[in-house]
Order: sequence, then C-alpha cells, then structure tokens
Amino acid sequence: MTTTTIAGRQVDVNDEGFLVEPGQWTEDLAAELATLIGLELTDAHWKLIRFLRDDYVTQGETATLRRVSTRTGTPVKELFALFPGKPAKKMAYVSGLPKPKGCV
Amino acid sequence: MITTARDLVVLGAGTAGTMVVNKLHRALPATDWTITVVDRDDIHDYQPGYLFLPFRRTGPEQVRRHKRPLIAEGVRMVQAEVDRVDPAARVVHLGDGRHLAYDELVIATGTSPRPEQVPGTLGPQWHREVGEFYTYEGALALREQLDRFSGGRLVVHITELPIKCPVAPLEFTFLADDFLTRRGLRDRTELVFVTPLDGAFTKPVASRALGDLLEEKGIIVEPDFMVERIDQERQVLVSYDEREVAYDQLVTIPLNMGADFVARSGLGDELNYVAVDKHTMRSTEHPQIWALGDAGNLPTSKAGSVAHFSVDVFVDNFLEHAAGRPMTHSFDGHANCFVESGHGKALLLDFNYDTEPLTGHFPIPRVGPMTLLGESRANHLGKLAFRHVYWNALLPGRPLGLRAQMSMAGKNPA
Repeated sequence: MTTTTIAGRQVDVNDEGFLVEPGQWTEDLAAELATLIGLELTDAHWKLIRFLRDDYVTQGETATLRRVSTRTGTPVKELFALFPGKPAKKMAYVSGLPKPKGCV
Repeated sequence: MITTARDLVVLGAGTAGTMVVNKLHRALPATDWTITVVDRDDIHDYQPGYLFLPFRRTGPEQVRRHKRPLIAEGVRMVQAEVDRVDPAARVVHLGDGRHLAYDELVIATGTSPRPEQVPGTLGPQWHREVGEFYTYEGALALREQLDRFSGGRLVVHITELPIKCPVAPLEFTFLADDFLTRRGLRDRTELVFVTPLDGAFTKPVASRALGDLLEEKGIIVEPDFMVERIDQERQVLVSYDEREVAYDQLVTIPLNMGADFVARSGLGDELNYVAVDKHTMRSTEHPQIWALGDAGNLPTSKAGSVAHFSVDVFVDNFLEHAAGRPMTHSFDGHANCFVESGHGKALLLDFNYDTEPLTGHFPIPRVGPMTLLGESRANHLGKLAFRHVYWNALLPGRPLGLRAQMSMAGKNPA
C-alpha cells in the first residue's frame, strides 16, 4: 500500500492503484481517476458509478459486471463501450472500490 | 404435555440435501421432527465423475445411481418440481399443485449450466462441435466427439464465474493434454484455455501454480475474455470487445445459475443464489430458511467439499437451534479441491475465506500422504478413491474424520 496524491488529495492505493479506503473517494476524485485511465465521464458513466457506490454500502462488496448490468438495466455490450476492455475493473477503479473478486 | 412434530423440509436431494437429511434423521428425535426431502427426479449423479467420462477414464454406470436408496428410511421423499416458496406463509408450493408447510426450510437445489444464456450456443452443433461436460448427457456426447477428434484447435472456455467446481475446466484441459499425447495427436492440436479471469484461477497463489502448469504443457491462455456469442457457422467465440477465438472443437462451461423457483420466490440474487450468512448458511432475510451446497451465495467455491464441510457445521448448529439454544458453530469457508493435472498426477488445494491455498501435506501434518499445491501420484489416487468415499460414507452422513474447520498444521503459509 502506498499513499499518493490525486486531485490534490492524499489517498491510499494498493499496488494496482485501487483505492484502499472507499471512504476517501469523492466525485472530484472519480473524474481524476477516470482521466488516469483515459476516460471522460458522461452521465451514463455517472449513473453506473453511483449505482456501484450505493450497492457497495448495502452489499459490502463490489458489484460484479452481471450485477451492474442486471440492476441498472444496462446491456453488457454498453458497459464495454463505456469502460473499454475491462469494464468490471475500470468501474471499480473509478468508483474507488476494491477490484471485484473474480469469484471463487 | 402434548407436542406436535415440527416440519423440516429440504428442497433438493443432491450432495448437500442427501447429507443433511441423513445426518439430521439420525440426530433429531423422530417424535419431534418430520423430515421431508423434495426432488424433481430419482437420479443422483456423482458429478465429479463427469470430468472423466469424455476420456473414457470412468464409465457411465459408475457415476449414476437412484436417489431413494441413498436417503435414510424414515425420511419422506417427494418427487415434484418446486413452483415457489412463500416465506411469509412458510409454505412450499409444488409444481403439481400440492403444498408443503414447514417450520424450517433448507434450500439445497444447487446450480446448473444454462447454455441458452449465451446466444448461438444451442445451435445445430450443440453437444457436437460445441460440447460441454457439466451434464451426464453432455459428457457422453463429448466422449463421442473426442473419439473422432483428429487434431486442430481444441478450446476450453469458461463463460462466467462462479461455476460449480471452478477447477474442473483446468482439469479438463490437463486431461485433454494427456489424452491427446497418448493418441499421438498433441503435436497436431492447439490446446487453448479461454477465461474471463485475468489468470488461470481465482486465487492468486493457486493461479500462479496452475498458470505455470499450463505454460509447461504448452497450453495457450486467452485471459479477460467475456463471451458475447458463439458463431457456430464460422466456428468462433466472439467477445464483448470484438475479439474472436477460433475452434475446431469447443468445450464450453455455460453460465451457472441457481434454481428458477428461487427467483420466483424473491429469494435470489441476479444468478438465483440465496443470500445467506457466510458462517451459518442462514438466510439473511428469513430466519426459517437456510441454503446449503451450491444454492447459497457463500463467497467460497461451489464444490462438494464445501457442501460437506458446511453441512457438518449446519447440522451442529441446527441441533442447538432445534433445542432452543444459541448456535455456537461457524463455517470458515473451507474448501478442499483435487486438481487432476494429467499423466497420473494431481494437485490438492486447501483454502478458506481468509487463507489462500497453502503448500504442505494433507490430511496428516508433515506426512501426507497427499501434497498441497504440488503435483503427486498420491493426490491422483486420492481423487480416484473419493468416488467410493462419496457413495459409501459422505452421502450416508458417516463421519469422514476430516475436520470442517481448516487446520494450519503441516501447512506452509504461501
């Protein structure tokens, strides 16, 4: 774990750059994290990020790609368009949540 | 004092359901409890045996039995589909219109492959060029396909996690390598392992060990592949990000989902798994409902070993609960998986919620005979011997001498 400065704030991140403490996340930080992985956030992104944040509070773990798709009514194809390549990881990263467990 | 017997209803007579009714039938006084188990058919398959059917390492007669003789006399068995559970009324509605009232309900209806969930899977080549080994019929159809296979691209593919027995696709790949070598076809075959994960397995330490094995055997890994559809005409898997993997013979592991009645009853998550407390397997919403085996959402492997260890914990707790005492046992997520690596060897993985798969020896510290996270002949023989243990000790609910709780003795933290 290391401490780094993003959007002018000190945050703790793991070796993959994911926030260690979801409580350190703010909406400003999300925009900055998105820039770091080459994304510009639109309303469609924000709808998903807000779902992920709320769901984490009630479930205690990061939603899987399927859960995001089912609960927000967003086709998986669209999730790939919004967060290209690795949508589950990228959504978690921007939302300041732990990488979703690939399950077990 | 007049007492009436309470009703325990168990849905599903698979591995977990059979173990639990047999153990509780023995432990609970018959005057206090009536135990009923519901299942849609009378066939019990030894599912770990499916892996060996396509390679003719086991025969169909060795994996299939009737259910009734496996269930203790005195347990009522009802053959029916489950339509839905009404948790408020504490009633199970059956597909044929009958209903069963319960005081306590155990959902043990497992998880099943859903090939229809990926477009293109159920085309004309289903169970031919597009094979699978997670059902009895699929494993036998794949046996015919492998008999005819003469080289090309053999692609083993996982649709999405979680799946039951998450190591089975790797084992299939290793056994295919062995099978092709024996038939003199290995140098004419590209063996490809396609996974939605970023590595060979879900647990980092095991993923490294298994990844090394794949490399050693010349197996190509296609990671981070989320399948969108199967194009049977062009013989390709197509991912959401437009990548394609060509196959001559595909072995796909379809999406796994819990039973549909779980969703109809409002008890399931997006994959029809019942939300339970991970230490007691009790529903987080309805205290009279429990989910055992693959039916629940425990954050550990969907595997027979987990069913076994968690049923042991559940039974101890349930006896306390039935007697009106607090429950004092807690499941730690213990899983114990043999991984066939081909050529007469196997690895053994042992892990729980908090501990990664470890190296060392099992079940006796420093002695074994089985080695953890390393290939050995003893592990392979252990896996083969387990079928006998399953039918004759595990299902009848006889003690196996393996502790439900994971022990660190003789194991080296990774």
